[in-house]
Amino acid sequence: MTILAIDDLRVHFDRRRTRLHAVRGVSLEVAAAECVGIVGESGSGKTQMFMAAMGLLAPGAEAAGSVRFEGTELLGAKAAALNRVRGSRLAMVFQDPMTSLTPHLTVGSQLSEVLVTHAGVSWPSAESGALRMLERVRVPEARRRLRQYPHELSGGLRQRVMIGMALLCDPALLIADEPTTALDVTVQSQVMDLLRSMRREIGMAVVLISHDLGVVAGLADRIVVMYAGRIVESGTAGDILERALHPYTAALLQCVPNLHGPRLHRMPSLPGQPPDPGTDAPGCAFAPRCAHVTQRCKAERPSLQIGPSAHAVACHYPLPA
Amino acid sequence: MTALHRLTANRAAVCAFAIVFLVTALAFLGPLCNPNDIETLDWAHVAAAPGRIGAHWFGTDRLGRDLYARTLEGIRVSLAVGLVASAISLVVGIAYGAVAGYLGGRADQFMMRFIEVLSGLPLIFFIIFLTVVFGRSPYLLFLAIGAVGWLTMARIVRGQTLSIRQREFIEAAVASGAGPARIIVRHVVPNLLGPVIVYATLTVPQIILFESFLSFLGLGVQEPHASLGTLIAEGAGEMESAPWILLVPGGFLACLLLCLNILGDGLRDALDVGGEI
Amino acid sequence: MSAALLSVRDLRVRFGDVEAVKGVSLDLNGGETLGLVGESGSGKSTLARAILRLVPVSAGELLWRGEDMRACVGSELRRRRRDLQIVFQDPLASLDPRMSVGEILAEPLRIFEPRQAAAERRGLVGEMLERVGLSADMAARHPHEFSGGQCQRIGIARAMMLRPALLICDEPVSSLDVSVQGQIVNLLGDLQREFGMSMLFISHNLAVVRHVSHRVAVIFRGRLVETADRDTLFAAPAHPYTRALLAAVPDPKRPWTAAEPSVVEEAVVPPGSGCPYRDRCAYAAPACRESVPALEAVAPGHRAACHRWREVVYS
Repeated sequence: MTILAIDDLRVHFDRRRTRLHAVRGVSLEVAAAECVGIVGESGSGKTQMFMAAMGLLAPGAEAAGSVRFEGTELLGAKAAALNRVRGSRLAMVFQDPMTSLTPHLTVGSQLSEVLVTHAGVSWPSAESGALRMLERVRVPEARRRLRQYPHELSGGLRQRVMIGMALLCDPALLIADEPTTALDVTVQSQVMDLLRSMRREIGMAVVLISHDLGVVAGLADRIVVMYAGRIVESGTAGDILERALHPYTAALLQCVPNLHGPRLHRMPSLPGQPPDPGTDAPGCAFAPRCAHVTQRCKAERPSLQIGPSAHAVACHYPLPA
Repeated sequence: MTALHRLTANRAAVCAFAIVFLVTALAFLGPLCNPNDIETLDWAHVAAAPGRIGAHWFGTDRLGRDLYARTLEGIRVSLAVGLVASAISLVVGIAYGAVAGYLGGRADQFMMRFIEVLSGLPLIFFIIFLTVVFGRSPYLLFLAIGAVGWLTMARIVRGQTLSIRQREFIEAAVASGAGPARIIVRHVVPNLLGPVIVYATLTVPQIILFESFLSFLGLGVQEPHASLGTLIAEGAGEMESAPWILLVPGGFLACLLLCLNILGDGLRDALDVGGEI
Repeated sequence: MSAALLSVRDLRVRFGDVEAVKGVSLDLNGGETLGLVGESGSGKSTLARAILRLVPVSAGELLWRGEDMRACVGSELRRRRRDLQIVFQDPLASLDPRMSVGEILAEPLRIFEPRQAAAERRGLVGEMLERVGLSADMAARHPHEFSGGQCQRIGIARAMMLRPALLICDEPVSSLDVSVQGQIVNLLGDLQREFGMSMLFISHNLAVVRHVSHRVAVIFRGRLVETADRDTLFAAPAHPYTRALLAAVPDPKRPWTAAEPSVVEEAVVPPGSGCPYRDRCAYAAPACRESVPALEAVAPGHRAACHRWREVVYS
């Protein structure tokens, strides 16, 4: 059963007389209890896609297309309708918990506020609900933490609080935008563990956005790879991680810092950087950085072709199996 | 030039700027169009209403002096006081506040205590004292108002400096071997100019108003010169019989203050978002 | 081999009642890269700043080229700074937003070579921009016009302008996309080989440090818990924390396994004496509550601060 259906979503910003295209026509679906990983570099549009879905686009940004959550159209919905859904059925966790938690409210009051607003419970029962959630997300000394302020917690603990806050109303879908990027590797694995177990417990769907395939690999059932505002490859986690078809995906896999490659002097990386969102060159957006580029690639943009087991790729010369 | 773009897109601010510009132009070029000066007493047209007679376009006051010339001079003096006093408080305030904020520790404590002491002194007495000692003159006025205005500016600048000091590029400058003087001048001050300029533009109207108040009390500009304040003081006494004596300078003052405030707001809006110039 | 370029002995840094660095000793030789790995709050950044005298040193010895750095103050300290430079974690924040890239790069030259001609300075700035993979015409632009990776190159260029003998890199790639991290790490490696400087490369991720380091040190809660040359540390770590760090590196090729229990909880600092890692340690024994283990030799050039390192190495 599909709970999130994005259809031909386009997001752009107008700045200084140029139009910057963040998302250029993306369609994807998320089924109930499924985990979809969205991978791409900064500027690929992966975050803007979901900011548009949540109605959190910055002023001056416009979205077109359709985003349907549990049957309701989210794009252009009125604030009241969005607020019923946001924070309860559809929750989001952001990259930097320091800036997404209100600095002058205690952790406990922020958690309680969610319960009071969405579940309509009284403050006292909201407070015990908050305590239970902190224990569920394995925050040590939960009772003490309730009375602390965000800046008194470490980055990893803050992120757990954010996740707890998102889970308070048993959401059907949790969007986690680079939840571990600002954290150390050690804490990263703890937070990923938490997401895994919470997902099992609640049975919710998760959209995990990251620039690091290594992070996504630990949780995703399906992976979608984005580049310059478009999907360039998508498929099951196994297909993407072991049988990547797009040169960009293969390069990203190479770039995950790991301990198992040969003892190289040079760390693998992608040369250059993503294209300027204000431009729209003909041909494949990845052409300037692709090791296998041909004339055809520079002239003609490849469209997304769907192959067996729903493994789709947008490339004229997909990598051999 | 994002900030400039934003400012020019703000219609109210652009209008306000245009009006201030026109009034200033009028204040300096206006007298060239009119044969009257600020002190000639025209006994034939005492307390005359605005009109074409004798080229008294704004009328005359109780002594027969041309209100057009006097009002324009009033505007010149008030603007001059406002701008010069602001400039003084800006320069002194920035220097003092940036040094105090950057040095921190005991130097900062001492410098701030000094400001607190000065702030505690009754301003009016200080100005009266100066007036008594040095006589009434516009230059004294500049100095006195600027000398007081820098106190708040210094506090604001110090606050800004404290937060800029935490930013990583300051640490980078220290790591590069830069000394405190270079860091304050090349890194701290350019980065606090945004909020400070905005604050300065909002103090210009305050200062003009303050000068008007002082002149109203009789402490500012001396006869036969005029500032908007002295003109308003004179006009207040004639309100029932010759209202234009109050309304003309009062109108110009109100207009200037309003426009300067709108311009200051516009500058703040343009500079605050992202803070790029 | 001459005496170590940088010699740190029992360095302590205290802020109020918190001791961020608790008696760290290390040596760095010319042309060598030492990778320093630890989590947030381990004191690694504080240690770096203490070496550069950007934060005050509370106790211990700090020798640069054999001279006491702690005694340096004022203009003498500033003079030494040309030899010790730093690249920061947040590339954009470390660049003055109001200055152009050219002005930012020219500043070190202005400070140390005040009599240099403007044209020569411009030339050196252009050269360094090219050397770090940007182009000379970018000198007129401002930091906010560049991406994170490019800003970091600018930061590296600034640090290299005076050809320092020691370059400290404080988590230089942690805020960059993985696709770009390699570019910066490789650039640093290339620069080191070309200019022969020493590097202290700080990171929270062992996998990143693997490519540039000759030796690696692991720091936990203000203390060094293991030092070894690179290959030994990755192949046969002797401290449980090092093992936990290695296990935490995500790998898309490896099927997911539950995080080692040692990494699960962020425990409160255990009271009393004893090894600070014992509450998270899979090998903890009663002896660990008794005393803080000191760094002891596991093998030549390999030291670990663990009472039970033999179990760790041989398990």
